[in-house]
This record gives sequence, C-alpha cells and structure tokens, in this order.
Amino acid sequence: MTTVASGRSSIGKWIGDHLIMGIGLLVLLYMFTPIFIVVLMSFNDPASRIGYSFDGFTLHNWLNPCEPNGMCDAVVLSVQIGLAATLGATFLGTLMAFALVRHRFRGRAVANVFTFLPMASPEIVMGSSLLALFVTAGFAGVLGFWTILVAHIMFCLSFVVVTVKARLAGLDPRLEQAAMDLYANEWQTFRRVTLPLVFPGILAAALLSFSLSFDDFIITNLNSGQAVTFPMYVWGANQRGIPPQINVIGTAMFLIALITVLAGELGRRRRG
Amino acid sequence: MTDTSPRTTGPGAGEAVGAASGNAVAGGADLVLTGVTKRFTDFVAVDNLDLTVPQGSFFALLGPSGCGKTTTLRMVAGLETPTEGEIRLAGQDITHLKPYRRPVNTVFQSYALFPHLTIFENVAFGLRRQGKPDVDAAVAAMLDLVELSDLASRRPAQLSGGQQQRVALARALINRPQVLLLDEPLGALDLKLRRQMQIELKRIQTDVGITFVHVTHDQEEAMTMADTVAVMNRGVIEQMGAPMDLYEHPMTTFVANFLGQSNLIGGRVLGSDGADLEVEVHGTRLRVPRSRGAQDTGEVWVGIRPEKVQVCAPGSADDGPRSRLAGGVITDASFIGVSTQYLARMPWGQELMAFEQNTGAHEQFRVGDHVELRWVPEHTFLLDADQDANAGVERVDEG
Ligand SMILES: Nc1ncnc2c1ncn2[C@@H]1O[C@H](COP(=O)(O)OP(=O)(O)OP(=O)(O)O)[C@@H](O)[C@H]1O
Ligand SMILES: [Mg+2]
Repeated sequence: MTTVASGRSSIGKWIGDHLIMGIGLLVLLYMFTPIFIVVLMSFNDPASRIGYSFDGFTLHNWLNPCEPNGMCDAVVLSVQIGLAATLGATFLGTLMAFALVRHRFRGRAVANVFTFLPMASPEIVMGSSLLALFVTAGFAGVLGFWTILVAHIMFCLSFVVVTVKARLAGLDPRLEQAAMDLYANEWQTFRRVTLPLVFPGILAAALLSFSLSFDDFIITNLNSGQAVTFPMYVWGANQRGIPPQINVIGTAMFLIALITVLAGELGRRRRG
Repeated sequence: MTDTSPRTTGPGAGEAVGAASGNAVAGGADLVLTGVTKRFTDFVAVDNLDLTVPQGSFFALLGPSGCGKTTTLRMVAGLETPTEGEIRLAGQDITHLKPYRRPVNTVFQSYALFPHLTIFENVAFGLRRQGKPDVDAAVAAMLDLVELSDLASRRPAQLSGGQQQRVALARALINRPQVLLLDEPLGALDLKLRRQMQIELKRIQTDVGITFVHVTHDQEEAMTMADTVAVMNRGVIEQMGAPMDLYEHPMTTFVANFLGQSNLIGGRVLGSDGADLEVEVHGTRLRVPRSRGAQDTGEVWVGIRPEKVQVCAPGSADDGPRSRLAGGVITDASFIGVSTQYLARMPWGQELMAFEQNTGAHEQFRVGDHVELRWVPEHTFLLDADQDANAGVERVDEG
C-alpha cells in the first residue's frame, strides 16, 4: 500500500521534474534556433547568390568578412552611431531620471508621462515626423550621421529614463542619509553611495541603448539621407541575395553580447 | 586637538562644530532642544519639545510607536529640519547645520548599511570621509569590539539581523561623536543577545563617555540602561527623570500605565492633615503623603502599583500602618512562577491587580475568595482626574 503510494508519487515527481525541464528545453530551442541558423550560415559556401540553403562548409566568410562591397563601412557607421547615441542618451536620460525621482517640481507628473510617449508611439510615425522636422528646419541637405544620431538619442532616451528611474526608485534614501551622517558631503555621497548603487541600472540602460540604436531600421531609413547603416545594408542586400558575411557580423554581435552578459554575471557573483 | 572655546556658528556657516572630528569635549557639551516642533504638512510629529541631555549621559527616549522618537533623533542628526525651535550642542546652534558637519552619528532603526561595501568598508566609511589616518587599525579594533572580525570581508546581505545591527553600531561608534543617536538599535535581536548587547552598550558608553540618546519602546531596556528616561507620547515628553524616580513618581496616567502597570481608582481629596492628604475612595478614607500627589485638591486618580498591593484575608493582622480597601472578590488568579497575579473585583465594580511574590509567606487565594487589599500608604500616588485612566495601557509588548 505504502509502496504503491510512494511509487506513484515518485513517478509523478519524475514526470513533474522532467516535464518542466523538457518544456523549458523546447522553449530555449525555439528561442535559439534562429541564432543557431545565423551561426551555421556564417560558415556557408553558397552555390548561387540567392542561396538560402546550406551548400557546404567554409571558413572563407570569417577570413574575408569585408568582402561584400560597402558592408563593413555600414557596420562601422552603425557602431559609431550606436556608441555616440548610447553616450548621449545614457547621460541625458540618467540626469532626467534623477530629476524625476529626486526633485519635486511643478509639471513632474506630466514630464513622467511624456518620457513614456516615444516608447509608445509607432516608429514609422516618429520617423516620418522627424524627417518632416529636419526638412522644415532646413536640414534636408545634410541628412546623414548627425540626423540619425539625433533621432537615435531621442528614442533611446525614454528607455534610459525608465530603466534608471526604476533602479533609483528602489534605492533607500536612508542609505544616502547614512552617508551624510557619516561625514560625506553631497558630492561624496553621490560618488560613494548613490552612483555605485544606481550603476547597474545605468549600465543596463547603456547596453539597451546600444542594441536599440544598432538595429534600428525604420527611423534610420527615413532620416539617413545618403548614409547606410548596417540594418539598411542588410535590407538592401536582401533584394539581391544575402551575402553570407552578414551572418558573420550577426554571429560576432551575438558573441559580443553573450560575453558581455557572462562577464556581468561573473562580476556580480564575485562581488557576492 | 579638541577645542573647548565657545564659538558661535550661525546657521549655514561653513565649518564643523567644535570637535566634529575629535573626542568628546570635556564639560559643557550638553545637547539642548528648545521649543522644537516638527510638522509634516498638517500632522504634528513633535510638538514644542524642550529637552536637555547632559554631556556623557545615557539618555533613553521611550514611547509607543509613532510618538515622534525617530523624528526627534532625525532633527538632532540634521536629516530633518525643525519647523520651529532650536537645537544646540555644546552651546552652538546646530539647528540648520548639514548632517556631515555635526559631531553626531546615528544608528538607524533600519541599519541602512551600504549594500555595495564590505563590512570593513562600511565601518571605515566615516573615518575615510574625515580623512583620518590609521583607518585599518581603528576598524579592526572596532570590529573586534563588536565581535565581527571574522566577517570583515562579507557584505551586509550575508549577515544575520543581529550581526547587521552590530555593524550599524560599529559604523557609528568608530567616529567617537559627541552624541551617538541610537534608534532602537537592539530591536532585531533575540532576548539573550539583546541583554548581552545592552550590557555591552552600557559598558562602551561608560568607557568612552559619549552622550548616548537611545530610542526604544522597550521600557525594561530604557530603565536598565539609562541615567535619564524621557517618556514621550504624541510628540510631547510626558515626564523625564531617573528610571526609579519615573517609576515611583509617575506624574501622568500615561506614564503610570506605560511604565509598568498601575491600578488607578477614582477618588476625591477631602482635605489635609499635616503631611498627609485625606482621600475618599468609594466610601473608604485613605491617607496619602502630600509629596506623593501630583494633584492635592478635588477629583483625583488614586494610583497604586500592583506589586505593592498585598492580598489579605478580611480582618487578618497587619505588621504596620496600611491603606486598605475591603470587599474584594478574587476573579482571577494566575500562577506565573515567581509570582501570582490576582484580579480582585471591588464593590464598585472595578477590577484591581495585585502581584504577590511566591515567597511562601503569603496565603494563596482562589477565585471567589473574599479579600482585602492593603498597601503601605507611602506607595500611593495621586494624579489629575482629568486624564484618561487608560492612557498608555496598550503598550507594545516586548519581543
Ligand atoms: N516624512 C513624513 N511625512 C509625514 N508624516 C511623517 C513623516 N515621518 C514621520 N511621520 C509621522 O510622524 C509620526 C512620528 O513618527 P516617528 O517615526 O518619529 O515615530 P517613532 O516614535 O519613531 O515610532 P516607531 O517606534 O514606530 O519607530 C508618525 O505618526 C509618522 O507617521
Ligand atoms: Mg522610530
């Protein structure tokens, strides 16, 4: 009797444990299949230009990543814009987040709502209205790096504000008061207590900004003039047949992201 | 390096007060609050508070939750600005001085340890900000004192509540401030560790001679540790004095009930007879020494502590002059080991408490027994009858 009961419950437990594990693996598979395909295709030796099938293994793509005409220029431009936009948006957004969380001022509630608005509005609308703005402001002739940068900083800003604000709101004000009680003046309090505690939020916001900027297509495409970013290059190449080197860039980006995340996790573990 | 010459430091003057960085000043470094009021929008948290904490004393601020204890400490620390009034330390006005310019440190009610720093760096924080030399040695000695040397490299999240509390204490104490503010520093500890830390705290305070302002709602803690206890209620100090004085001479019903327990019986002063007042209590006349009366005319509350009340069989003999109330019937008798707690219903319907030590010398009574309550007249106290007899009764239980 007891053996049966315990037998049944142990079978139930086995199924419970392994079913959940199995479902988990399937979901992971679902998430990682596209990435796996990208990695695989970066080693593809296509038979024709329009080949989407795996025709043979080669290291040629990895050894000659810049072979397709203009692709590496597009990557460099995207990285430049990404870094500049990250810097600008993170700086401005962090300041905004501090103001919104720490200071009581008239119009604070409205400002809070407005920072959400760019996140909520469709990109195509934002892109076209930005273009209209640039053109009416007389920048039609100089569309390119700078207009893209302005656009990217704008849409990254909301994400930075929201991310940093969340971190800052979770920061116990008594920690800063304790620092002041222990002879730290305003600057030292910020430097020794506030900043280190909010930093993970700022870092997350920066990473998010970079990835948002790097792969933005719609807004960029509308405001780029003659400039070609990496997503635009891929879009254009798709019309003619995708060169396998694009997958090399994709895989490299994925690896960099992976290493960043792992390094962050490792650092966190080390700090306890 | 200590500076005892009086300096007048106006609000906002850019210099630290006295020995912000040094040891306690010898003499005259009292902490004085004058007419301090703190209003939050429309709520008065601290109401016109006058308080003097002598230098080097252990001062306990005792009161129920929400009575304004933390708010008072925060104003002394500079984390809250008084709406009105003035705070002086060693003769200097510090009311509007920045927290980091005050020779005052706080042990926060919630510890507020820096989660990103090790225990060592938490304790070293104040010394480093002041640019003190030999930080490492001082921190090591401090950690030794609070028995946390082994955990120096851990982070606050990896410590138990009691250990965190000791870090908070070490972090403040290491700066040797003129005044150390402790906001329920022992609240999270179990009874044994709390007693141990109480002794330790008291020892440290005596050794270093720093003024301690210790907030608690544990009356036992306040009475065992402090030189002076101030009982606070709804933003005002009800009464202040040495623990025994406060316990034996409560001046308000709140203090009588909050500090220990009291029987308060309605009565009326009939007149005086030399050193004694004659008081009528539900038809019985009692004598009360005049010095025991917070009020000496008209309607009064006649107070007597339960442990001072003797439960006797009617008509039994006395061994000295006694005040007596006859006609009681025992309604409850709880044996709790060291003592037996009786409730006796009096002819006017009120139930009075009496705690009898289990010395074996007294007769034990059962529910339903007829008894007489007696006590030494000097133990009676009289309070103003305008007050609520139940004020302060529902006090927060220990633990
Ligand atoms: N920032 C604030 N805004 C509004 N009301 C406040 C604020 N801080 C405290 N209060 C109110 O002031 C009163 C006193 O608070 P305080 O923290 O001083 O109580 P306390 O005596 O320390 O209580 P406890 O024993 O629970 O810690 C409380 O009623 C509280 O709600
Ligand atoms: Mg409090």
